[in-house]
Amino acid sequence: MKFGVVIFPGSNCDQDAYYAVRDVLKQPVEYIWHQETDVSGFDCVILPGGFSYGDYLRTGAVARFSPVMNAVQEFSDNGGRVLGICNGFQILCEAHLVPGALIPNNTLRFRCKYVNVRAENTTSDYSHKCAKGQVLKIPIAHHGGQYYCDPDTLKALEDNNRVLLRYCDPAGNVTDAANPNGSMNAIAGILNDRGNVAGMMPHPERAIEPILGSADGRFILQSIVERLEGCKV
Amino acid sequence: MPIINTEPIDPKVYRDMGLNDEEYAEVTKVLGRHPTYTEVGMYAVMWSEHCGYKYSRPILRLFKKYREAIDGAGLENAGVIDIGDGFGIVMKMESHNHPSAVEPFQGAATGIGGILRDIFTMGARPIACLDSLRFGPLDDPRNRYLFEHVVGGIGFYGNCVGVPTVAGEVYFEDCYSGNCLVNAMSVGLMKHEDIAFARASGPGNPVLLVGSRTGRDGIHGATFASVRLDEESEGRKSNVQMGDPFTEKLLIEATLEALKTGHIVGIQDMGAAGITCSTCETAAKAGTGMRIDVRKVPLRETGMSPYEIMLSESQERMLAIVKKGREDDVAAIFKKWGLNAVVIGHVTDDGLVHVYDGDELVAQIPAKSLADEAPMYYLDAEEPAYLAKLQNYDLSSVPEPKDYNEALLKVLAAPSIASKQWVYEQYDHMVQTNTAILPGSDAAVLRIRGTRKAIGIVTDCNGRYCYLDPFVGAKIAVAEAARNLACSGARPAGVTDCLNFGNPEKPEAFWQFKRAVEGLAEACEFFDAPVVSGNVSFYNETPDGSIYPTPVIGMLGVLDDTEKRCSSEFKDAGDVIALISGPPVGPPPVGRGHDVPAQLGLGGSEYLKTVHGIVAGRPPALDMDREKRVHQVVLKAIGKGIIKSAHDCADGGLAVTLAESCILGAVGADVKLTANCAPAAALFAETQSRIVVSVASENLGALREIVDECCVECTILGKTGGNVMRITVNDVEVVSVAVKDLESTWRDAIPSKMALSSS
Repeated sequence: MKFGVVIFPGSNCDQDAYYAVRDVLKQPVEYIWHQETDVSGFDCVILPGGFSYGDYLRTGAVARFSPVMNAVQEFSDNGGRVLGICNGFQILCEAHLVPGALIPNNTLRFRCKYVNVRAENTTSDYSHKCAKGQVLKIPIAHHGGQYYCDPDTLKALEDNNRVLLRYCDPAGNVTDAANPNGSMNAIAGILNDRGNVAGMMPHPERAIEPILGSADGRFILQSIVERLEGCKV
Repeated sequence: MPIINTEPIDPKVYRDMGLNDEEYAEVTKVLGRHPTYTEVGMYAVMWSEHCGYKYSRPILRLFKKYREAIDGAGLENAGVIDIGDGFGIVMKMESHNHPSAVEPFQGAATGIGGILRDIFTMGARPIACLDSLRFGPLDDPRNRYLFEHVVGGIGFYGNCVGVPTVAGEVYFEDCYSGNCLVNAMSVGLMKHEDIAFARASGPGNPVLLVGSRTGRDGIHGATFASVRLDEESEGRKSNVQMGDPFTEKLLIEATLEALKTGHIVGIQDMGAAGITCSTCETAAKAGTGMRIDVRKVPLRETGMSPYEIMLSESQERMLAIVKKGREDDVAAIFKKWGLNAVVIGHVTDDGLVHVYDGDELVAQIPAKSLADEAPMYYLDAEEPAYLAKLQNYDLSSVPEPKDYNEALLKVLAAPSIASKQWVYEQYDHMVQTNTAILPGSDAAVLRIRGTRKAIGIVTDCNGRYCYLDPFVGAKIAVAEAARNLACSGARPAGVTDCLNFGNPEKPEAFWQFKRAVEGLAEACEFFDAPVVSGNVSFYNETPDGSIYPTPVIGMLGVLDDTEKRCSSEFKDAGDVIALISGPPVGPPPVGRGHDVPAQLGLGGSEYLKTVHGIVAGRPPALDMDREKRVHQVVLKAIGKGIIKSAHDCADGGLAVTLAESCILGAVGADVKLTANCAPAAALFAETQSRIVVSVASENLGALREIVDECCVECTILGKTGGNVMRITVNDVEVVSVAVKDLESTWRDAIPSKMALSSS
């Protein structure tokens, strides 16, 4: 089993994701340079957070055209697992690997803080370690994290259990006050229709050890590890 | 082919650039001729106060390490703080006040960019940023505009480069209207052997310009920073540089990768004075010269003159001196990261900086004369007339408030006291995943991976204290920073400073500067926290007057065991609240600032200003020995795991300290104070050397043992619990407020003001 962490110019959570996989989860991991054209040797590819190409245009709009994204597309078409975190989620949306868009926060400001998210789908490769409705404490750090899509897409996401995480209060209630960016249906993370590609705005790699304030991010990342190992369902 | 120029420069030209007549005469003496237009520009910017420290150098010698470094091996090695395990920390703080006052977003953003480059050019990876900010009152839309966009600019830059902004401070005072202070600090981590030097060694070695292209932005930014702000300053927006954090991020990665090759013999960032500064300083440090051709510099605009190219302050550029024959290897690394890397010249052995425009020689200047030989002025210092009057203000005439609850809420709602969550939520403070104590506590704590250690970092300065007594105020800044670190479990290891003052050519302002530096130097030595780097910002004045003297310090502390850290919020109901403070008896401290009992500490307090509109009195007295012993108690108690929380008593006084620990811990408190003064002074006096701790009752005995060992006093104030904060003074209840009301007042103060429109 091998994880890959893509480095786009301007990625800045690449080293954090790498550290979380290698040093905390103790799993093999390698960096993938944005000019790579083949990622088939990996089992899970992580698109990390950051400001790819500066994100001076729309977030993720330039990165989706980098060579590695063709390879990631092919990889996911073949059923490979792809996790996009924050800027990685934005890139996945731009590349149409997951539906919808991430528009500027309704506060119009960057927000960095711990939030609570409720595990909705608890059978996916990215969440089967969570109990149904389990509340995870995981931080966000973004300016453009408001999830938006058309009504049909939203219905498809909800009807097919493709909402992975939803912003909530500490008790698990979905409220306007607990929604940090105005996302539709308080969506914090989603799956593609096959369930092998996931995008999320919260940073599980930041909530990876108690010293950082929470280790709840392990529920996400360890889900992937165990699914890849095939040892637990 | 020397330059022979017999044409004198028009005095209006060099005066506009910032050189006075004597300085121009000195230039002609050094050169043995009249300078070219390009040369005048180069001297004007390098001999500005901003680059040349022509007024501050004599005073900065008061800092021990600075003095030793200047007289010895230079400032670079001296700037590294050894934290053990083979690791060193470098840190520096710099002002971007003037650019931020006219163009807050880019002014603040480029402040972050510049200070980051200072760190990674030394071979260290930037691991944290801090920001010390000051604005005028938020009731004025212009101040809201500045605040909004300074914070926005810091976030824009810092968030993109992936360096967490973990701590800082924000104050609001009338004197900063029109002249806000934006002091940015960065902290870097390195292995000792990875240190890089800003030296152009080895004649014949090629000189590379790497990073962004050069444009017309920021020409004479350093000169602009060395004059007073006035009505015309708005028109100087073209003096402000534009930041590109994306390129900076690439530059960080490419530079650290390139340094690892060992092919780079010297490297310096380009900030103030751009190519002029980096070429002459690196050559001067190595005792060499340099020959460059401005036509080789990648430009982003057409038709730029040699003068403009030499003085451009375009951001995200570095000068790298590379081993001969290795230039292609080094350039390849920068190119891999999508950056320019172009050979613009080479090192020479004649001590001169030769600047060519193609075949034409446009400047030929001794490197040392530009870099090291700026004229030095010994300015007159005179105690300002306002001081005696304010210090002797009779505070006994100040009435007690009618309602102490109301007074407390008013102080909590003062933007200088209120929660800064609105600010730090706009900064990514978690990237790099090392932040072990997040913003909002006494000091930020970052673990050092691969060791058990952590560092604590904090910035501090109470400008009002410094206005009322710059010597005592500066000492308090150091003491309070060390106290904040102690509350987090860290002992002081080093200091960087950013000294913000008015026009030094006025004897009163220079006196404030001198006294403040004397205070800093004394306190830093006492707390074993040497000043390893710093920056001076003068001319912080508008036609309405000068800012408060504001010597901001950034202090680094070390925790030997990351697990032995502490935060400021009460943890559980039923814990004992205790105040660790100086010894109760003993001879009163003598000397200036101590001869009046400081009206029991109300002088210069937030309470006096906010509730009574008075800025007067003497700042609280400081006994450094007592202060240090209080820190020792808290450090020992944290080390032994005896106390659950520690929070320093500072701005706002004891009542505010208790309220903050209640709010952050979401628990109430019942506190009984015994005081030989009126309740207002008991609640709001900003008496120094005090720390509020909470402790499980079974550990109280162990705490008392440490307290006795260190000869300080420990007063039991009460217990945590419930959801109301109650305080009695001499058995009379004066404060009783629900924690949720304290919290909403404290948290909403800044957001509600910022919800009003800004200009």
